[in-house]
Amino acid sequence: MKRSTFIMIVSTLLLILAVDAGAETAKDDYQTYCVQCHGLEGNGKGINVADMSTQPRDHTDAKEMSARTDAELFKVIKEGGQSINKSVLMPPWGSTLTDEEIKGLVKYLHHLCKC
Amino acid sequence: MFFIKHKKMRSRLGFTLLIVISCNTPAIAENTGKEIFAGQCHSCHDISQKEPQTLKRLWDQKGPDLSSSGIKYKPEWLKEWLQNPVRIRPAGMFYGNHIKRGKKSDEIDTASLVAHPKLSSEDATQVSEFLMLQKENQELVKAGDYKPGTIPMTLGEMMFDKFKGCLACHQIEPGYGGLSGPEVYTAAKRLQEDYLVSFMRNPQAWEAKNVMPNKHLKESDVQKLAHYLEALSQEDFK
Repeated sequence: MKRSTFIMIVSTLLLILAVDAGAETAKDDYQTYCVQCHGLEGNGKGINVADMSTQPRDHTDAKEMSARTDAELFKVIKEGGQSINKSVLMPPWGSTLTDEEIKGLVKYLHHLCKC
Repeated sequence: MFFIKHKKMRSRLGFTLLIVISCNTPAIAENTGKEIFAGQCHSCHDISQKEPQTLKRLWDQKGPDLSSSGIKYKPEWLKEWLQNPVRIRPAGMFYGNHIKRGKKSDEIDTASLVAHPKLSSEDATQVSEFLMLQKENQELVKAGDYKPGTIPMTLGEMMFDKFKGCLACHQIEPGYGGLSGPEVYTAAKRLQEDYLVSFMRNPQAWEAKNVMPNKHLKESDVQKLAHYLEALSQEDFK
């Protein structure tokens, strides 16, 4: 292997490691911040739902979920339910998650609803 | 005027005085409390302000970081609680480690929850005195930031639930409210008011990965919510 190729491979690997150390995966973010209300299965049945006046969205419901655009999903995660005239029980996560992480969550929602 | 003539006697008296003085200084309490903390508490609680920088660290946290105890807790509550610890967070330190799928919805996996050890009155006094000396993040709290006031209970509850949505994660009485966050009906018994308002204003300033979101509350609402928590703490829930 040429020396320059070796250096390139090592630096790429280091870059991947550095990026990985800083960013959380969408699944990790979902399990930390979303599961409490949206549930372990993403079906809207988290441990917090019993006394809620409005039930959380079922993220596995393809019909409901595909009715929302990615821009709306991004907005509701970042700015909270009220920003799209939905429940105040959905808080704004914009001070907790970066825009990149929120974009990751939007993708993860497509994975959950298979839509 | 009284003079001690003998050099030997003077040094003995000085030594005795030194012992008497040192027995009455907090330094001894600190050492003993520090020792008890190191032996019994440190495996679950940090006091070196190493807030979790990654989610995996957050998940691994067994108990709250206590590096800010002196500006966070009310000492009389702390001393009492250490002798009679009762669960504050229904689903444990990080709820994600203590939930399972249930029939209607996810449930708390009570078998996975670990009870907090009980301390003797003497140890509780020593440890709480030691903890009250821990004052990291002091710049986040300003004395007098909390403005005492009152709020009608129904209005407070409306704010907490309907207007701000805090009920989603917190119980406002035993058995009513969300389970992932700490109960709030004891919050004002446990926590210093200036800390409470600082934390509600910006939870991420205290801990970046905090599960509590920043709701960008108006200052007047922060104060009203704190008044509501005060009112709740006066209720006698059984």
